[in-house]
Amino acid sequence: MTSLGLLLSVLKVVVVMMMLLKLVPLLIWIERKGAAFIQDRRGPNRATAFGIIRLGGIVHSIADAIKLITKTDFSSEHANKALVILAPIIAVFVAISVSAVIPFAEAFTINGVSFQLQISDLNAGLIYIFALSSLSIYALLLAGWGSNSKFSLLGAVRASSQMVSYEIALGLSVVPLFMLSESFRINDIVASQGVSLLSWNIVRAPLAFILFFTALFAEANRTPFDLPEGEAELTAGFHTEYSSMRFALFFLGEYTHIIVGSLLVTMLFFGGWNIPYVSSEYLHHNIEHVLRLLSIGGAVFAALGAAGLFNRFVKRRGFWGDLRDYESFLFAVILAGLAAGLAAAVFALTGATLPEWVGSIAVFLLQMIVVLTKTLFFIWTFIWVRWTLPRFRYDQLMKLGWKVMIPLGILNIFVTGVVLLLTH
Amino acid sequence: MESILFYIFSGVSIISSLLLITRANPLMSALWLVVALAATAGIFALLSAPFLAVIQVLVYAGAIMVLFLFVIMLIQLGPQQLKPRFIRFGKIFGAALGIYFLLLIGFSLTSSTTMPAVALSETFGDPGVLGELLMTKYLVPFEVISVMLLVAVVGTVVLGKKKF
Repeated sequence: MTSLGLLLSVLKVVVVMMMLLKLVPLLIWIERKGAAFIQDRRGPNRATAFGIIRLGGIVHSIADAIKLITKTDFSSEHANKALVILAPIIAVFVAISVSAVIPFAEAFTINGVSFQLQISDLNAGLIYIFALSSLSIYALLLAGWGSNSKFSLLGAVRASSQMVSYEIALGLSVVPLFMLSESFRINDIVASQGVSLLSWNIVRAPLAFILFFTALFAEANRTPFDLPEGEAELTAGFHTEYSSMRFALFFLGEYTHIIVGSLLVTMLFFGGWNIPYVSSEYLHHNIEHVLRLLSIGGAVFAALGAAGLFNRFVKRRGFWGDLRDYESFLFAVILAGLAAGLAAAVFALTGATLPEWVGSIAVFLLQMIVVLTKTLFFIWTFIWVRWTLPRFRYDQLMKLGWKVMIPLGILNIFVTGVVLLLTH
Repeated sequence: MESILFYIFSGVSIISSLLLITRANPLMSALWLVVALAATAGIFALLSAPFLAVIQVLVYAGAIMVLFLFVIMLIQLGPQQLKPRFIRFGKIFGAALGIYFLLLIGFSLTSSTTMPAVALSETFGDPGVLGELLMTKYLVPFEVISVMLLVAVVGTVVLGKKKF
């Protein structure tokens, strides 16, 4: 491996890891605001940075992180120390290393050097994800057994039996996708879906999507399948005995699971980085026009946002009686500056021809934005479901897993096979 | 680079296997077995068979060992059961097996017929090729194993029933 290649790989690892970890505080904010929106309240809006910036409550996540890091790390005297320490490490390790095979954008070449924001292009890509995420059960099991508490143990037993059951459904649900794209490699699966909406896997294999998405909820231990932490009967399940940052690591693992799961749904069923009916060759050839159009749109939206915030500033002057009143003014100024910059970009781009590499990077960034937008939508769906549906009963959960989802998964494979045989 | 990784993986697998057979607590034994299996998967990956490595982790470390742990966690382990167990027959049998394997290793080292190095084909370790082999050349063993697993499943269901 050349030194440039090594540098690029290290850079990719750092970028992907940081991206996932930075999404977690954002996700916690979305969760709180989403819950508040669904329950018709305001949600977090008190914490401020420097007495002025509130950002609609995002600052709360930072406050939370500081609180968790500085809290006393308490653990029971009768606990198995080694296992208690090991469990959250496994949870985070698994959640992050799963992202190694996820491509965030299409590969592109600059001066003969090919680059793709994907750490490793394994030919067993999707199986690698399943293999690693099956290891996350150990985090729960060790936490539950190690903390030497009945609540924890029962939570761990529930969690592991649930995850083992739904792993089968999860594995079966994606087999039709392998048959359709004839590969385990996520790049191939995305490429086989193409730009036409009709060839996306959500249209070609809708049942697979329903099974996969449902099993994903169970795997991530989210409502309506969050029985492992059923508060009413188990306090907090496997992490009852955890406090401070170790508890936060479990939290981090769970949210990273949601992010990776949403990324996978995007990749497998919703065309990954493909924009419907706009191929990346088209983007490459007309990058000046595309960028100009996007700049016009961005400038209009930024100007509208600035106007709205300024209006709010004028209307609510003296509401708080301190620096917080000026927050909307501050962001109005920032947005106005952004609008002016984008407008200048529109004029600069008119009639200009960009060099080849700028086009490649622009397309790369566009595709990444597309992937992250789709992913954020599914993250929002996770939150939406959590605050809408009640929790299942345990026997209902097992019945659904074994008697409904697994037979449907097998049927789906059979039907896909027959259809492929008849059409090929 | 590759040889360093090989020594790391094989060292880990040997040490964890030793720990696996010397722990008194069955739960710790099972955990060390997981580590040993994961290290073996690493060796598979080094032998340019990433698919096999991934399947090893998925099936053994991820599914089978979880069920082992599950059962160990649920059975009551008092101090009596946690004592090192002495079973005479087991000891004799184990010693015989150990000597047999030592002899095997010795013989294979002395009568070393060096295998010629063969360049790997482009598609080596590719899941598609593996699947094709399973469905053509090794179809009969594959199906026999499936039937055997089915028998095991049916047997479990029969044993799990309260009344025969």
